[in-house]
This record gives sequence, C-alpha cells and structure tokens, in this order.
Amino acid sequence: MAAVEFETVIGLEVHAQLVTKSKVFCSCPAVYGGEPNAQTCPVCLGLPGALPVLNEEAVSMAILMGLATGCRIAPRSVFARKNYFYPDCPKNYQISMYDKPLCEEGRLEFELDGEIHGVALERIHLEEDAGKLIHAEEGGSLVDFNRCGVPLIEIVSKPEIRSPEEASRYLVSLRQVLRYLGICDGNMEEGSLRCDVNISLRRPGEPLGTKTEIKNLNSFKAVEMGIRFEIERQAGVLRSGGRIEQVTNLWDSGQKKLLTMRSKEYAHDYRYFPEPDLLPLDVDGAWIEKMRGALPELPLAREKRFREKYNLPAYDAGVLCAERGLADYYETVVSAGSDPKLAAHWVMREILEEIKSGAESEGASAPAMRAVESSVSDAFAFRAPVAAGRLAELIALVSGGVISNSAGREIFKEMVRTAESPDTIREKLNLTQVSGAKELEQWVADVIAESPDEVARYRGGKTQLLGFFVGQVMKKSAGKANPKLAGEIVKKMLEG
Amino acid sequence: MRDLVQYSIEGLGDIYRAREATVREVVQAYLDSIEAREPRIKAFLQVLAEDALAKASELDVKGHDGRPLFGVPVAIKDNLCTRGISTTCASKILEGYRPPYDATVVERLRSAGAVIIGKTNLDEFAMGSSCENSAFQITHNPWNEAYAPGGSSGGSAAAVAADMALASLGSDTGGSIRQPASLCGVVGLKGTYGRVSRYGLVAFASSLDQIGPFARDVRDCALVMEAIAGHDERDATTIPTPAPDLHGKLERGFEGMRVAVSADLEKWEMDPSVREIAARTVDDLAGDSVPVDRVTLPGMETSIATYYILANAEASSNLARYDGVRYGLRSNSDSLLEMYERTRGEGFGDEVKRRILLGTYVLSSGYYDAYYAKAQQVKALICAQFEELFRKCDLILLPTSPTPAFRLGERLEDPIAMYLSDIFTTPANIAGLPAISIPAELSPEGLPIGMQLIAGWGEEAKLMRGAFGLERMYRFREQHVLGPKAGRERHGGR
Repeated sequence: MAAVEFETVIGLEVHAQLVTKSKVFCSCPAVYGGEPNAQTCPVCLGLPGALPVLNEEAVSMAILMGLATGCRIAPRSVFARKNYFYPDCPKNYQISMYDKPLCEEGRLEFELDGEIHGVALERIHLEEDAGKLIHAEEGGSLVDFNRCGVPLIEIVSKPEIRSPEEASRYLVSLRQVLRYLGICDGNMEEGSLRCDVNISLRRPGEPLGTKTEIKNLNSFKAVEMGIRFEIERQAGVLRSGGRIEQVTNLWDSGQKKLLTMRSKEYAHDYRYFPEPDLLPLDVDGAWIEKMRGALPELPLAREKRFREKYNLPAYDAGVLCAERGLADYYETVVSAGSDPKLAAHWVMREILEEIKSGAESEGASAPAMRAVESSVSDAFAFRAPVAAGRLAELIALVSGGVISNSAGREIFKEMVRTAESPDTIREKLNLTQVSGAKELEQWVADVIAESPDEVARYRGGKTQLLGFFVGQVMKKSAGKANPKLAGEIVKKMLEG
Repeated sequence: MRDLVQYSIEGLGDIYRAREATVREVVQAYLDSIEAREPRIKAFLQVLAEDALAKASELDVKGHDGRPLFGVPVAIKDNLCTRGISTTCASKILEGYRPPYDATVVERLRSAGAVIIGKTNLDEFAMGSSCENSAFQITHNPWNEAYAPGGSSGGSAAAVAADMALASLGSDTGGSIRQPASLCGVVGLKGTYGRVSRYGLVAFASSLDQIGPFARDVRDCALVMEAIAGHDERDATTIPTPAPDLHGKLERGFEGMRVAVSADLEKWEMDPSVREIAARTVDDLAGDSVPVDRVTLPGMETSIATYYILANAEASSNLARYDGVRYGLRSNSDSLLEMYERTRGEGFGDEVKRRILLGTYVLSSGYYDAYYAKAQQVKALICAQFEELFRKCDLILLPTSPTPAFRLGERLEDPIAMYLSDIFTTPANIAGLPAISIPAELSPEGLPIGMQLIAGWGEEAKLMRGAFGLERMYRFREQHVLGPKAGRERHGGR
C-alpha cells in the first residue's frame, strides 16, 4: 500500500434520549409518540412565567453513563442557556450545559478487528430536546412540542477516530452500553439516538485541518457512508490545492448524499450564560456511589467472561452479549444445567432465528406497536420465544439422547407455538428417539433396498454417502431414529 | 359607618366577622373608588369588576373562615399570570395573551381569601422607572397627576395610594417596587431573593426578579407577604422554608437592633428634601436610643453598572420567546426570519429593544468576559461586603429614591438619568437582600418621600420590625393621608 496521503480526524457528538418517566424540567411524560402537543405543559412550552425544575432521574442516568465510560463526575455542574432562534425551540434558548458539564474525561472501549480500541470522551452533559417541525403539504409548518424537554445526554468524543469503520464501531458500542444501562433505547430511526460528526483531513505530520460537520445521520450505515463521502470530498478539494471551508453538511437519507449548507446559515453565536432559573447541580459522593452500585457488568467485560468461563469462541460471546437481556437469558439457560456450548448453540441457532423470523413477519406494524406500548422497560425487555427453563429442559432431552437433534428442533417449534413443556410435546408427537436395534435394522434394510445406485457407489468406495443413508433413515423414521446408531448399522450392513 | 376603603386588612376582618359589612359591599366600595379616580390615574390595564363581585358573593355565602386575606381586594401587576385573564406586561407583543395557569402568588392570594380586583399598569416588561414605557397608557401619580408614579410597578403603587385596592403585588428587579412605593407614599417590600416564588412572573431578569406587596402600612404589607411567601417546588430558586412570621413582633420595632447608615451620603446627588429627611431620621433614631453606625455602604459605586449588565443579559434571553410562533402578536411576513424581525420590531417598545440589544451585546462572544463575567465577579464582591456588614449591624437605612416623583415626560429622553434613579435600590437586588420602602415625609411640593431599610439575607422579620419602627416615628399616613384624628381612630380599630 502506498504511503497514506491524508490522515482522517473524526470526532462524534452523540445525543441520546433518556428513558425517564417524565421530561427533564417538568412532569410531562417523556415517551415517544402521542397526539401532537398532548404531552406538554406551560414549562415545556416555554410559556411566559413558567420555570424549569430538574428531574433527578435524568441526572442519575447521566451519571450512570459517566461512570460506565470512566468519566470524572463533577461535584458541581452548571446548566447554561444556549440561545438561538428556531421554531422547534419554544423559549428560543435550550437549557444545556456549557463550561461546567456533568461528566468529563472518559473513555469508551470496544473491539475493532479483534483488538481493543479506546476513544477518549471529552464530556457528557445533560440537556433538553427540542420539538419537531412538520412541513405541511398545503404549505406552512406545524410544530409538535411533545419531544420538547425530553432529557438528552450529549456524549462528545475527542477527535481520535481515524476511519468510517471505527466511527461506526464506536457508535455501535456506545449504543450497546446505553442499552445495557437501560437509559436509552438507541433507536436511531425514531431519533432517540442521534449522531453528528466533525471531520477534517491533514497530511501526516501537519496540524489539524479545518473541520466540517455532518448532521442528520440517522443510521449506522448513514454514519459510515456520510463520513466516506465527506473524506472523498475534502480529499478532492485538498488535492486540487483548494481550502476546506467550515460548513455543515446534512445527510439526505433518501438520496444517500450530503447537502452542504452555506456556512453563514450556521454561523451561530450561542451567547451561553449560566441558567438563572436553576441552581448549580451538586452531586455528592453518596449519589455517585449509589449509581456505581447500580452499574451492570458492561458488554466488553461480559464478553471476556463468556469466553473464559463458558469457553465460547469470541464470535459466540459477541453475539450472546450484544444485548444485556440476551446475555441474561443465555446465563439463565446455563444455570438451569445446560452445557454452555450446547446452550450457546441453541440460543444462537434457534432462539435468535426465531426472533428474527418473528420480527420479519410482523413487518411494518412493529414500530407502531412500540409507540403504543411505550412503557420504559419494554424498550429493553428481551422477549424470548421460549422460557429459559423450558429451553434447558429441551437441551437436556437432546444431550441425554432421549430425542434426536432434529426432533429437538421440531419440539422447539411446537414449544414456540404452544408454550407446552418439551416432554409433553415429545409424547404428543411421539418423538422419542428410537435406539432399538431391531427397528433401526428394519429401517436401514428398507433404505438399502430402495437405493441400489447409492449402494453400488458406496461399495465402490464413495463412503461419504453414509450421510445420505442416515438421512433417509431419519426421514423414514419421521426423525425418531438415533442417527448415531443408525449410521453404525448402515456401515455394518453395507460393509459387513 | 366609616368609608369602607379605609379599613386595614385586620380591620376588614373585624367588620366581616361582626357582619358590619359584606365582602360585596367592600369590593363595591373599591370599584366605586376606581370609578371615581381611575379615569385620571390610569393605574389599571384591566379592572375585573364582575369577577371580583362574583368572588365576593361567594365569600359572603361562606362567611369569614379565618383565612388571613379573607375578602381583601388586591390588585396585581400585569406581568403576573392569571389563568384565562389577559396578561400583557404592558407590551403589544403580548396583547390579548391569556395564560392557561395562575402564578403561584396569585394562587396563594386566592387561597388566602383575597379578591383580585384588577391588573395594573407597568413599564413594558417591567423595564423602566416611571411607568411611561407602557405600550397602553401612562399612569399618573395620585399625589399630583402631572407627576410620574415611578416604576416599573407604578400601577400597583398608584392603585394602593389612590384607595383603588387595599394592597397590590408588584415585582422588583432593580427597585421596581420600592421606588414607586416611595414616589406614591405607600409601603413597598421586596423579600430576600427566593423568598417568593417567581413561577408565573413573566421573567425580566431571573436572577434579580422578586415579587412583593404594596400596602398602606407595614402591618398590611407583612400580612400580604406572609400569604405569598414560602417555598414553591415549581421554582427551584425559592428558599426551601415556609413563609416566616412577619406581623407577630412588629411592635418591638428597633428593639435590640443596630442600624447602619452611609458615612458619605453627601457624595450622592439627591434632592435636598430627601437629604434632609434622611438626616432627620438618623437624628430621630439616635434620639430614640437606637444605635446607629456610619459605614461605607457596599455596591453604591458599582451596583448600577452591574445591574444593567446582568439584568439586560438575562432579559435578552428571557424575551427571546416572543417571536410570533406560538402566542401573542404575529406580524405577517413571507419568511421565518422576516416574521421574527417584524413581530419583534413591531411588538416591542424602544426601551425593551434598547435593553435586548445591550443584553445581547454583553453576552456576545468576545465581550462575555469583559462584561457579563466581570459583572458576576462584582456581584460576588458586593454580596460578600454586605455579608460582612451584616455581621455588625441588623439594618441599613438609606433613601429609596434620590428624588421625589418627577414630572411625566421629564426623563423620557434621558435613559441614563432614568437608570441613575435606581442607585439606592439596585444594591439589594444585586445582593438578593430583603428591602422595604416606608413613606416618610412630603417634599415642599407635596410629593411623598420614602426611606428604605435593607436587612441581611433571610431577615425579613427584622426588616418589618424596623419598618414598623420608622412608620411609628414618621406617622406619615396619620399626618398626610387621614389627618391626625382619623389616624388614631384607625389604629384603635384594630
């Protein structure tokens, strides 16, 4: 590979909506959806005379994220007003934090190409979300303030990210941590997780170049593509001897391209100053320790433990630890007595496949359902198609040789449908594995008689056909034959 | 029977309990008084005659139930939100705006049994010292209609002075209760910052604004303050304690307290009549064996500058929400930016625009440290100096305003002169301290002059005792309002 022409310098600003019961400065519900402007009050509408009161649950969640990423939690942080005019912002200032954020100097670690990478965090601060503008077809704009005042944490990385892939991995693992903590559902399409990117190029050894911003990145794919496009664009400008202008690009998810805004349109002076309606936020040691006690085992540590304790390959540990609920489920199956490797196999093959096919058949109605459910815990609940104890029973039947693997899969499908115990289904469907020599020999003999060509080829040296014969036996026995014993009988009858 | 509008709060309670008058009769007496005097005073932006009479009848059905402000007609400054009742801040930009909720103080007045009789005029968004910055009308001083009532709570001060309300509420950011109280010859109190909830007070400068009462005398003032003060979970900046008892120990006056006065009052420009009453008060206190110390008063040199930086900075942000998007005035236009510009250009008056511009400037990048950050440092210094001073004394005595009422129009063209009239009132706002203006004497032109007391943080009880002591000394109301005979009768009526 030729020497690197440009080094890419990327920093991410991620906004994560917190799943608090109420909004950050008033008691309106913070859930997604609802009739436009139904979840509002004088405070979140910014009516004259209304005042904000801080929701401590939001602070607790922000502290949790700070601790999960190794931040220093400021004993005193200060809310500040960020002043700008826009119709989705009813006070025309946003209550945020500026020079005294809640969390500082953290680090997010994740795996990239089999190695642990770390990206330093500049800060995490608490702020309020804005409303939503809807541009009406008949002209004019409508505004829905339901989202206004929903708590956000802004997580700002240092400019230490070097590639689109790394940016994407960073974001994926940030989302994973947020979901492990149970503080943000990480739904990028609904906007509960949003990402802005700052990006600049420089020739190796040179000082930092001028950075540009990309906003509106509403999926992991968009983040990667947007960064790739912007790197190409900047490289083109630099190669032709041009200068990078400080602009903001909007990602157009429909057309998959960047729209560059004129730099003037975003030349804001936000005139930050301390929010006089709120006291400085004091967080004492007891509060921090309480939140530290509430920290769950984090994904990276859990994956490592899964590899070591259950002797799982890295890939399996990664899949099983992707979601806290899934990892919990797996460990419940194991603690019910299943062999860890078998349990991993069943959870990854059957449970995850079942969830995937279920989600596909639900199709487009799924997001609407979520909006209606709208309960906080639902966002993180791992809804297994089969209870962990039941799965452990099934695995025990298979590993004990009572049923065959394929019968096990059949029983599993039935368990999903009826929620009955595997034993009940086994009896109902008469799926007990047949290991008796007499019955097996009869099935094998029938198969040999029906497959003269294969028999000839086998005897001619094509012993790989053993699988074919066993398969035929399984078919003939409706899956009940013990495949191991059947194989031995086939061998004996053809070779003996 | 005596004129019903002359009763004090406790006096009214007595005649209600004795069934000598109904609330309806009292409210009607005040409405009659409004009908007689309001056409020339113009204190009210809205008189709520029907509401008030309906409320009065409701109270009459129940009879006196012991609530502290039962059947007391009160006027409310029109920057306090009243549910379903237009709240304009005397600005075109909020013309016709009806809030969907009551301010905490309005709620508390209602639950204390008060009858809200009207909404009073003010300088637009409480920005001014004369009430002349109202977009709707000019209020006249009841003592002489050619003179200003002061501001910004000029309507509330004039309403009480002209017997059009028994008490009223104003808001004080840099003197907006105490200065008009002084100019109209009534008592005006601003509590410790955080003593009264600001929830529902349309914000001017959030870190300085405080709501407080106007009344004819110190006892009524204390009773209204007790009703509205105390922690409110809807205002994070309120002091987390209930309202203190302010009226119980008034009779003790200055007993056991030390008073500080300026050692160099002659340095400050003021009307000779103000200077004279200030000096006489010191002599009289000394004559009453009240210990008086001459000290350097904190913040006299710096408060005005500090105030106009902090207040305008906050105002520039607080007033950003008036944009035509959701409520109030919206000027027609083709684009969003044009809508903002025209709505705000047409909706705000000159003084409001001037302050928004100043406030925006001092917060701008590159100027923040030189102005806003510096002003915060000065504020911290002034607070520390007051704290130090109040270790050695209980109250500070100084004039409220350097002059008696000025002629309407006289200072309109000179904003700096207008700003300087706040010199004695702004230090208490900057330091967040409780302060009160008590009517002391009439000037040779027959205009009232008020004296001011400032107490330490949270020391409203001491403040009110001192104010009562001064009131007893000046006998202003007995001498200049009721005449000596009526005065005695009134006190006897308690």
